[in-house]
Amino acid sequence: MPESKYNHSAHQSNHPTISIINGRVIDPANKIDQLLDLHIQDGKILALGKKPEDFTAQKIIDAQQQIVCPGLVDLRVRLREPGYETKGTIASETRAAVAGGITSLCCPPDTDPIIDNTAMVKLIRLKAETEGFAKVFTLSALTQQLQGEKLSEMRELKDAGCVGTSNALHPVKNTLVMRRALEYAASHDITVFIQAFDPWLSDGCAHEGAVSTRLGLASIPDSAETIAIARDLELIELAGAKAHFCQLSSSRAIQLVQQAQESGLPVTADVTAHHLHLTEMDIGFFDSNCHVIPPLRTQRDKDALRQGLKSGIITSIVSDHQPHDSDAKLAPFAETEAGISGVETLLPLALKMLDEQQMSMIDVLSRLTAQPARILNIPEGTLNPGSDADICIFDPECYWRVDREKFFSQGKNTPFHGWELKGRVNYTLKSGEVVFSTSPESRD
Amino acid sequence: MISKNIQLDEQGRLKHFISIEGFKRHHLISILDAAEPFANVQEQAVKKVPILRGKTIVNLFFEASTRTRTTFELAAKRLSADVLNINISTSATSKGESLLDMLHNLESMHCDMFIVRHNQSGAAHFIAQHVSPHISVINAGDGCHSHPSQAMLDMFTIRRHKKEFANLKVVIVGDLLHSRVGRSQIHALTTLGVSEVRVVGPKTLIPTGIESLGVHVYHNMQDAMFDADVIITLRLQKERMQGALLPSEDEYFRQYGLTEEKLAFAKPDAIVMHPGPINRGVEIASSIADGPQSVILEQVTNGIAIRMAVMTQTLGPGGNV
Repeated sequence: MPESKYNHSAHQSNHPTISIINGRVIDPANKIDQLLDLHIQDGKILALGKKPEDFTAQKIIDAQQQIVCPGLVDLRVRLREPGYETKGTIASETRAAVAGGITSLCCPPDTDPIIDNTAMVKLIRLKAETEGFAKVFTLSALTQQLQGEKLSEMRELKDAGCVGTSNALHPVKNTLVMRRALEYAASHDITVFIQAFDPWLSDGCAHEGAVSTRLGLASIPDSAETIAIARDLELIELAGAKAHFCQLSSSRAIQLVQQAQESGLPVTADVTAHHLHLTEMDIGFFDSNCHVIPPLRTQRDKDALRQGLKSGIITSIVSDHQPHDSDAKLAPFAETEAGISGVETLLPLALKMLDEQQMSMIDVLSRLTAQPARILNIPEGTLNPGSDADICIFDPECYWRVDREKFFSQGKNTPFHGWELKGRVNYTLKSGEVVFSTSPESRD
Repeated sequence: MISKNIQLDEQGRLKHFISIEGFKRHHLISILDAAEPFANVQEQAVKKVPILRGKTIVNLFFEASTRTRTTFELAAKRLSADVLNINISTSATSKGESLLDMLHNLESMHCDMFIVRHNQSGAAHFIAQHVSPHISVINAGDGCHSHPSQAMLDMFTIRRHKKEFANLKVVIVGDLLHSRVGRSQIHALTTLGVSEVRVVGPKTLIPTGIESLGVHVYHNMQDAMFDADVIITLRLQKERMQGALLPSEDEYFRQYGLTEEKLAFAKPDAIVMHPGPINRGVEIASSIADGPQSVILEQVTNGIAIRMAVMTQTLGPGGNV
């Protein structure tokens, strides 16, 4: 693997003019998929196609045999800072993100302290601007301290920059509070991000089925997910709110969301890259890297998630990046912390949908760029002239072997260690600045 | 993906004994056969044999136990090994010391074998993956997952009474959801070729998808008991009565407690087993537990022989499985 270089020096940030030539440009937002050159000036996309007459590129990137697409937008990345810096920092995890082609990411509110006040929003933005490599967006806490009792000042948090609100992994048990929260969010046109699981049925660590029974692990049935989704769909309708369901895991959950969409409710959903590829069987003999919430479910569920992704019920693929220090995974299965370090494998795992699910490149990239950007209501995720030059350039045919020790992320917790994946990021640009490159000459 | 069976070393020799799952029929038969002579040693005046002289065995119990720990200790001593008993109530780990740190500390005392009991499923497997290569790990019960030596002593007891496994109908009664004993028994029985393994209990105590382990599920005792050769009653933890799993001990006993009336549906020569300790009048009536069909105390005696066999096969000279 070529050594990666970063451009982080001062002279880079004054935005050289760049031409990316000979690449296959795919911009799902504008339904573009053709061989085009792309020209960047002042950190913005100046033009696609022919070089404007008065434009001179200070730097040329040859993207022959490569795909040039908008930088990926990841709806859920735990940066672990503030609060859990032994697991990851804004610097380390945004660096990992750009190595995976992600230029915009959204951070859930369950940092420590929790994002339920504007000072936290400002702190994270400031840190991201000074130390980070990718654009960092935040979700506000839906309720104060995520306790599910009192509403957060979500309007003020929106004005401070939050792109949505969520109670993260702390389901709001009280139905009345959930109703009020949805109503209040709807009043201010704030999308509510819901991680749906019934807390009473979720006191476990593996999908309820053959594997949990064999291993004697406390289990979580898929009805933990469907009960919560069914309740929240009723409340969403009652409140007239806009909601997004995070990481669906079961076939029946997809049916519920599909029905809601067909009846006209403004609900969207995402799936994690790992739920598209792993099942309960991958736990094997207690592989703690497969300990995730919601749990990996059956082959049937996995197939339904893929189908739901293809048919458009699910419009976004996320990493649900949760880096951990090694100790967090070194314990008997149930005592380990849940989550996967996922930003660096998001793109190639998503690209497997081309061969395995007969999806087109533009459809897969749409679920990594334009669609998640739409869910966050941000202008990123497109190559529109005039928009920020957030760009990912990758070789779709390059095979590489996942080596957790080479991860930029502090979290080496991946169940994909040793997998051979196709599709390798060679350049990532954020606002016209090369923030990741596998090419040595990109240093100048 | 199912990873390889870490219980056998490259030569096919028993390295760890963590779960019945992963062993073939001949492995289990070999352990049963190895236990036969030890069952006789116990009846001799001098009960000690020098097979494991100079070896150090650590009983590492993270969860309280009297019977299992004692039989492991006796088994080790009868093989002339040195035994160290360490009871780690959660205190040490709650002081912030990680499980691995504790293990590495013990390793540096040059032990040869850890006998581990822990309240988390997968703990023995985890420990076996992280100890130094010269140490063998015997699982003395991990969470709800596995208790392989208990299952093997049960198989030993069944074989002494029933000779052939093939045509038996075996019924396991009670709390399969939380029972590591039940899970290990199911694996052992199906591996040894028992033609019909039945489990019976209310749905609250039968885990989802247990049919995939090769058993038939019943919720009614009378149906489950019909024509049975072996009845294994499982222990019902008192604390389970406090949740919403069961209405009361009395109702449980009326529905699933083993009484003469229910036992009458089984074959006349059926044997009755229980891994202990017994809750009389909950899982089983005293008249059955102390009656002629009960082999419960024999199970305890056989436990020592089985544990001697497992220790010998892991630590002793030669002894391929």
